[in-house]
Amino acid sequence: MPLPNPLTVFVRLIKPVQIPGLLLSIGIFLFVLMAVNALFAHSPVLEVTAIWSDPYYRHITKFSFYQAALSTLLSVLFAIPISHALFRREFRGKALLLKLFATTLVLPVLVAVFGLLAIYGNSGVLAGVFEYFNSVLPFSIFGLNGILLAHVFFNLPFACRLFLQALNAIPDKQHQLATHLGMKHWNKFRFVEWPQIVAQLPHAAGLIFMLCFTSFATVMALGGGPKSTTIELAIYQAIKFDFDLQTGALLALWQICICAVLAIFIQKLSRSSSLTANYQGPKNTFYQDSWIAKCWDFSWIIVISLLVIPPLLMVVIAGLNAQFFVVLTDIKFWLAFKNSLLIAFFAALIAVSCAFFILLASRQWRLIGFNGHADKIEMLATIILVTPGLVISTGLFLLLREIGHFSSLALYIVIAVNALMALPFVLKSLSLPMLHNAQKYELLCASLGVFWWHRFYWVEWKALRRPILQALCLSFVLSVGDLSAIALFGSHTFSTLPLYLFQLLGSYQMQSAAVVALVLLVLSVGVFMVVEYLFKERRTQYD
Amino acid sequence: MIKFTDVNYHYKQQSFHFDLEVEAGSVVAILGPSGAGKSTLLNLLAGFIAPVKGEIKIKDLSILKQAPHQRPLSILFQDNNLFTHLSAYENIALGLHPGLKLNPQQKLRLHAVSEQVGVQNLLDRLPAQLSGGQQQRIALARCFVQDKPILLLDEPFSALDPVLRVAMLKSVKSLAKLQNVTVLMVTHHIHDALDVASDFVFIDQGTALAVEKIACLNTTHNNKQLVDFLSAEMNR
Repeated sequence: MPLPNPLTVFVRLIKPVQIPGLLLSIGIFLFVLMAVNALFAHSPVLEVTAIWSDPYYRHITKFSFYQAALSTLLSVLFAIPISHALFRREFRGKALLLKLFATTLVLPVLVAVFGLLAIYGNSGVLAGVFEYFNSVLPFSIFGLNGILLAHVFFNLPFACRLFLQALNAIPDKQHQLATHLGMKHWNKFRFVEWPQIVAQLPHAAGLIFMLCFTSFATVMALGGGPKSTTIELAIYQAIKFDFDLQTGALLALWQICICAVLAIFIQKLSRSSSLTANYQGPKNTFYQDSWIAKCWDFSWIIVISLLVIPPLLMVVIAGLNAQFFVVLTDIKFWLAFKNSLLIAFFAALIAVSCAFFILLASRQWRLIGFNGHADKIEMLATIILVTPGLVISTGLFLLLREIGHFSSLALYIVIAVNALMALPFVLKSLSLPMLHNAQKYELLCASLGVFWWHRFYWVEWKALRRPILQALCLSFVLSVGDLSAIALFGSHTFSTLPLYLFQLLGSYQMQSAAVVALVLLVLSVGVFMVVEYLFKERRTQYD
Repeated sequence: MIKFTDVNYHYKQQSFHFDLEVEAGSVVAILGPSGAGKSTLLNLLAGFIAPVKGEIKIKDLSILKQAPHQRPLSILFQDNNLFTHLSAYENIALGLHPGLKLNPQQKLRLHAVSEQVGVQNLLDRLPAQLSGGQQQRIALARCFVQDKPILLLDEPFSALDPVLRVAMLKSVKSLAKLQNVTVLMVTHHIHDALDVASDFVFIDQGTALAVEKIACLNTTHNNKQLVDFLSAEMNR
């Protein structure tokens, strides 16, 4: 639908509805800037070149790139045949498998790590099998192996979903045309399906690279030593263990520079794409099938199922152990539980409210074709993507420590940092639905005089309840599982479930850890299910 | 009733100039080739765009300072007239109160108008459960409950089949007469204009001819552009 040109009248002025969003966006940017600045202010000498002359920093920089590149390559490469197979085949449990795919990216990292350890660890299921045949596990999960495994576990399903979405966007008529022209598997893949995937490829690869490059909790849990350390983790170690702000700031600056370059690079590559949950494309029944094709497809589906399902299953099985009630009657568990809920709830609320106002501002500009302005205002608010969460936390702490006591501030800082870290994801998931709503109803609302509260309730909330609630759940789950903000501030008196889990893992209390991992898993998956159930709405068929 | 005085507007190197007057109670067809400025004329009147220069008056009062919803007119777009997540009833009720809080009289009025438009049995449904014609009827019902003296139609029925389109236009005409509403309708079907309009205005390259009686709409008109346009459209 072409944009309604009459809206050009608003070009010259900023509408009142845009003001809160603009202020918020700029406020967030300044807030982050202030936090970063506070850290730099505490480190008198800053020379980025020092990093290149120090062999250890050179090593971790190389390692960060190396593991991110390998993780990306593995995830994206395998995602191609797997998404293709999933696209062509219908089978029982496909919907469930796709739902699981959607959870791996938001799953608390430590829960996944726990599941992976239970399968591939030194005393995991696989090691047991080897032992049965009087042999030993030929690899160790700690170090590069484990990091790659975990990164592939998180990102392969994500890449599959992105590609599957691209494949689902192929119009029905093209499938019919391909059949009509007698295209067999390989040719159809080359001429019809591959172009769709390749269009999505740079964006997917860029995003995954970025996620792996800044990976923190995975590397912390599975790195297993200074040999396998990323820059993000090195910042944490410098600040938390050595209280060496100078080194922390230096590494942070280095990380910010690299991430900024990467982000600009990805921005250039990416075409705008939206990740709608579990989009069901048209069924393409128009191809000539063969036994070989069936075997090929289903072996890939088995491979991905074997990667995704067992670790999750092990979390459930291992969690239901003798320690279950012991853990659930422990006051420390409940304190962590309470903190987690509190942090996640407020972080989600803040992230979604901010995103809503910012998008109100940016979509007004998109309506009149000012996409540059809109992109900029959204980019300001996603500055956190290039700034390590640890840096913000530290900076905030340094800023605020004159005002209050350390432990009384920790909670608020963790909430703020979690909200900031969830914001980019919320912006991404809400921007398209909100823009569509405006494109459809802007003039209608103007002519009917539906404004402010009425507009919010009857037009935005009623139409966008689903995406809004999904965004709330998404940021809730991201915050509930986050380890990077709490890692710095956590103590014996102040912890969250992920930190508690990390502490238990660190002291080899595996049974208790299993219970906490199960609780986190249930919490993460459960919140989506509960919200979906509570807010079941009349089925409406939009678009 | 409606008066455009020396109204100027520019958009992407195209300039528009309108000088015309519409009488109360008339049904005016706005004719002209694509891109000539038919919708621009309606958008200026509705307040979605503001003229660079000139004056628009309704009943001798300038409306230029008024926001779209304050102007004494209701409008039917080509599409997206209904909120797809709201029921037909709620969609109509939005014309009476932006928060859907209706008093008993308003509720009565809503039901009365629904009956006149012929949608009284569809009020519980969501737009997706209605046909294209029914959807536009619901939107039409909303225009009439708003009780404004002017109705603007921006080709709302162009997606319907010819028989239904004419039927819809005729019911608009009779309802408008009943409620004493002045209608401005954009159309590119000459026959629609001849069937329902009392007057017409021809727009070519951003300028409007004077409003004339529909009887003058024939190939003996002294404006060459109009005659060309007419013969092209008639031969289709």
